[in-house]
Amino acid sequence: MSEVKFISPETIEQAVDAYSKSSKEGKTKILAGGTDLLVQIRSGISQPDTIIDIKNIKELKEISNDNGSYTIGAAVAGAVLDEEEDFGNNWPGVLEALRLIGSEQIQGRASLGGNLCNASPAGDSVPALIASGATVKLQGPEGERNMPIESFHVGPGKTNLKNGEIVVNFQFPKKQKHSGDAYLRMIPRTEMDIAVVGCAVNVTIENDKCVDARVALGAVAPTALLVEDASKALIGSNFEKEAVEKAALACEAACNPIDDKRGTISYRKKVSKVLFKRALEKAIERAKRG
Amino acid sequence: MNEMDNKWIGKNTIRPDGADKVTGRAEYAADTIMPGMIWGKVLRSPHPHATIKSINTKKAEELDGVFSVATSADCVDFPVDTPVILGIQDIRWMARNVLAKEKVLFHGHPIAAVAARTEEIAEKACELIEVEYDIHPWAIEIDDALKPDAPILHDFIKFDGKPSNIAGTLEHKKGDIEEGFKEADIIIEREFETAAVHQGYLETHACLVSVSPDDRTIIWSSSQGQFMVRAMTSFITGIPQSSIRAIPAEIGGGFGGKTIVYLEPVATILSKKSGRPVKMVMTREEVMRASGPTSGSKSKVKIGAKNNGEITAAQGTFYLQAGAFPGAPIRGAAGCCLAPYDIPNAHTLGYDVVSNRSKVAAYRAPGAPIGAYAVECVLDEVAEALKMCPLEFRLKNAAKEGTKAVHGPTYPVMGYVETLEACLSHPHYKAPLKKLQGRGYASGFWFNAGGESSAQVNITEDGNVVVTTGHPDIGGSRASIANITAELLGIDVNRVSVLIGDTATIGFSNLTGGSRVLFASALVVTESTNQVIDILKDRASKIWNIEKEAIEWENGEARPAGDNAGKFKPLSLVELAEQATPTGGPIGAGHQVNTVGAEGGFATHICDVEVDIELGIARVIRYTAAQDVGKAIHPAYVEGQLQGGVVQGIGWALNEEYIYNKEGKLDNPGFLDYRIPVCSDLPMIDTILVEVPNPQHPQGVRGVGEVPIVPPLSAIANAIYNAIGTRFYSLPMSPPKVLEKISD
Ligand SMILES: Cc1cc2nc3c(=O)[nH]c(=O)nc-3n(C[C@H](O)[C@H](O)[C@H](O)COP(=O)(O)OP(=O)(O)OC[C@H]3O[C@@H](n4cnc5c(N)ncnc54)[C@H](O)[C@@H]3O)c2cc1C
Repeated sequence: MSEVKFISPETIEQAVDAYSKSSKEGKTKILAGGTDLLVQIRSGISQPDTIIDIKNIKELKEISNDNGSYTIGAAVAGAVLDEEEDFGNNWPGVLEALRLIGSEQIQGRASLGGNLCNASPAGDSVPALIASGATVKLQGPEGERNMPIESFHVGPGKTNLKNGEIVVNFQFPKKQKHSGDAYLRMIPRTEMDIAVVGCAVNVTIENDKCVDARVALGAVAPTALLVEDASKALIGSNFEKEAVEKAALACEAACNPIDDKRGTISYRKKVSKVLFKRALEKAIERAKRG
Repeated sequence: MNEMDNKWIGKNTIRPDGADKVTGRAEYAADTIMPGMIWGKVLRSPHPHATIKSINTKKAEELDGVFSVATSADCVDFPVDTPVILGIQDIRWMARNVLAKEKVLFHGHPIAAVAARTEEIAEKACELIEVEYDIHPWAIEIDDALKPDAPILHDFIKFDGKPSNIAGTLEHKKGDIEEGFKEADIIIEREFETAAVHQGYLETHACLVSVSPDDRTIIWSSSQGQFMVRAMTSFITGIPQSSIRAIPAEIGGGFGGKTIVYLEPVATILSKKSGRPVKMVMTREEVMRASGPTSGSKSKVKIGAKNNGEITAAQGTFYLQAGAFPGAPIRGAAGCCLAPYDIPNAHTLGYDVVSNRSKVAAYRAPGAPIGAYAVECVLDEVAEALKMCPLEFRLKNAAKEGTKAVHGPTYPVMGYVETLEACLSHPHYKAPLKKLQGRGYASGFWFNAGGESSAQVNITEDGNVVVTTGHPDIGGSRASIANITAELLGIDVNRVSVLIGDTATIGFSNLTGGSRVLFASALVVTESTNQVIDILKDRASKIWNIEKEAIEWENGEARPAGDNAGKFKPLSLVELAEQATPTGGPIGAGHQVNTVGAEGGFATHICDVEVDIELGIARVIRYTAAQDVGKAIHPAYVEGQLQGGVVQGIGWALNEEYIYNKEGKLDNPGFLDYRIPVCSDLPMIDTILVEVPNPQHPQGVRGVGEVPIVPPLSAIANAIYNAIGTRFYSLPMSPPKVLEKISD
């Protein structure tokens, strides 16, 4: 690496201003925790001439709870969110996805914003964010806009961020009564690994009936997926075997994976069904508790 | 020496190198710096197989900040048809592996190197080197290399009179196998495959080399043998060994992979040409692409037994990848696989197969896990067919003192049976299993080695002790040497300091490998220490003016041997050291010898797994390793060797593998996709240290470091079968493979 300009703005406007002026050739990079970016720089995949550290921007480091609706700053480190007791009671699935990222050391740095913007199809928090129904607030030279997570990605490493735009925060809906979310991933090892398949489920139950459901898959397609057919199969059911099986088949059908060193197409398809069922069971249990 | 009276041998003393390591002070090769130092980087082949038509380094040389460039033209020329043997290596191949000469033979093969002011400039200069290639088809897998129309890597290698990728064979025969199979009531024959796996040392290869204008060379490097570094560098650069001083740095893991050189000769050439000290440090990717993994393999094993459980015949054929140059560890596969058993009729045959992969390097019991994997899996099936407990079946056929082994020797006292008995009486053997859990067993053997060792034991002026040996300490040998020296001298272990000498300060010592270090260095240290004790008695005899024979050495002091000898107050080591000058001068002794009498090591392992049949994940949930360790001089470090070997075996069995893409390039050159086990993947590895002392060693030492990687591959495969009723014949048993087979 040769010389790099490092800037550390204190407001979103300053960051956006600097970013939009120079981000054209991908030569300027936003830095949150750096757990993706530094690895990419070291391996030569990314060769920025300017780095904009967003960790000194107050809004991006904030966690707020407005009557049950959470707003989480894009640069909040996983370990910090982990300490926010009530967040985990509301969104245990999002938290467990975040906790799976790397190791203790990594979680001291890794942010939700970084995980999302890195746009790896295998990013662990993304399916959980999609299932939760969260949206992101973006800010760029042309102002602010909001977007559901499932619309954020275009392909591996590619997002809908416009030139100069950054992610400001994540906005979670108010958690429904008797709802629960869960995230599971398949990795060959027990930790320090990358998801071969990830699955998040978020269900709401009323009188033993499923009244709402969101199912998302990771690592089985160019981007994380919201599996609407799985939601349809579940909503209105009592989670009876047929409904669950139908939803599982919808997961399998939604998969559009590749054969690679991490897993075969057929393996990923089979596993998506298994993980869906296991995550669903966990989500139902949580939903019943509160 | 009476065991019960041992004060230090068998005690878990504090590791002499421990404080430096945990406080970050220990000096590894990459920590070394020198004034005026510049950085070396390597240009590597983008093709798996090509003839080098020309190399033009002009543009690289002209780049600002570049000091020197090296290619094979700067190395001593070793014609391909003349072997130049050094230990188990051939310098013809080593030279061409360090810098490609006629051909590049694998993706990542070094072609040239540049030394420049910074690493970045050196890298940039590498890109400016122009290489013209004539690209050839390549062969990665054994089957591809053995096809009739396979691309031939080395024209001059012939097999059956024709150019071939089979570079050699090795065979062991005993009895008459045809007759043996006729006597059998049951015969089972199976084929197996294993993937190439890397040693996975955390410290990447690194060195700093400084060559003076008169060619005197100092090398700091991470290796398993400073004398190996000196010799190989000398061969390849032409600088005489007497002009090279190789200084061993602390080593961050080697497992056999640092028994050869990659960077040292290159840095030497770059330093010589530039007049500057040159430092080189490999990246992890370079380590994975271009430093030795161990062989992938294909094998076929056939075993016959009578209904009463007696094995009548065994036959094994093993094809092992050598990588780009000859030298697959077929001796370990064909030689060790049947070693635990008394089999009247046997035949084993190994093939050394070259292909367009990086040259293999030694890895813990090289070849032995591959051979044992196939044999121990088939034995499990034979035991099942005979409805016998797999351990009882092994016990019935176990080799003992006096057994003539298939690989040649007749065994002296050895403890294989004891490892089986230890497992049979261990609570693990009878522990209940739940659904989808299973238990597997396997045994293993490794030759162990002796060889050259040198030691010097000096008494300091204040009456303490400095011991110098010539082997890099990888498994805690300094602690064990301190225990032995303190025991012999009868002094506190903290008064003994053990150092690893460089090539200029201690006599030739063969490298740290073959589980030889404690066996060999304890021998020379014991002899040196005994000589020192003799000198100490001599000094006391001068002071007391009595015969030396009338003096004994006990508890760290010289004493009159009995009342007849006279009444003198004992003289301690400190007192004798104080009087060293008037009684004859410095007190110290050294010994150097080619040690013999290293005896083999045997182990038996019990492994429990649990299989998630929906995801295809097998996890090891309990593991017990029993091993004949001879005598555990430092039990905690012996235990550490057993645990480490098992863990590497678990990785080999379950997830580790070299994966090549369609272009013949390694697709997983890093620790994310090359999956060595992490802590949370593993249970506590329990150990049973069986001690059947080696009668040919003063302390009873046997090598312990390699045997433990031999049984796990098959112990795990057998456990998976026990859990789910499916047998796997191919490693690694990774989740996609397992799920595919069980959903069929
Ligand atoms: C050892 C290790 C293990 C890991 N394990 C996992 C794992 O198990 N699961 C997993 O999903 N990931 C894993 N990762 C990847 C990484 O830790 C996560 O993706 C993490 O969430 C990234 O967050 P960060 O804050 O460090 O991102 P950074 O590296 O700072 O940024 C990542 C990318 O996003 C961009 N970016 C960051 N914030 C913004 C923003 N607000 N607006 C616009 N662009 C932005 C950056 O420019 C960069 O391109 C691992 C990484 C390492 C090194």
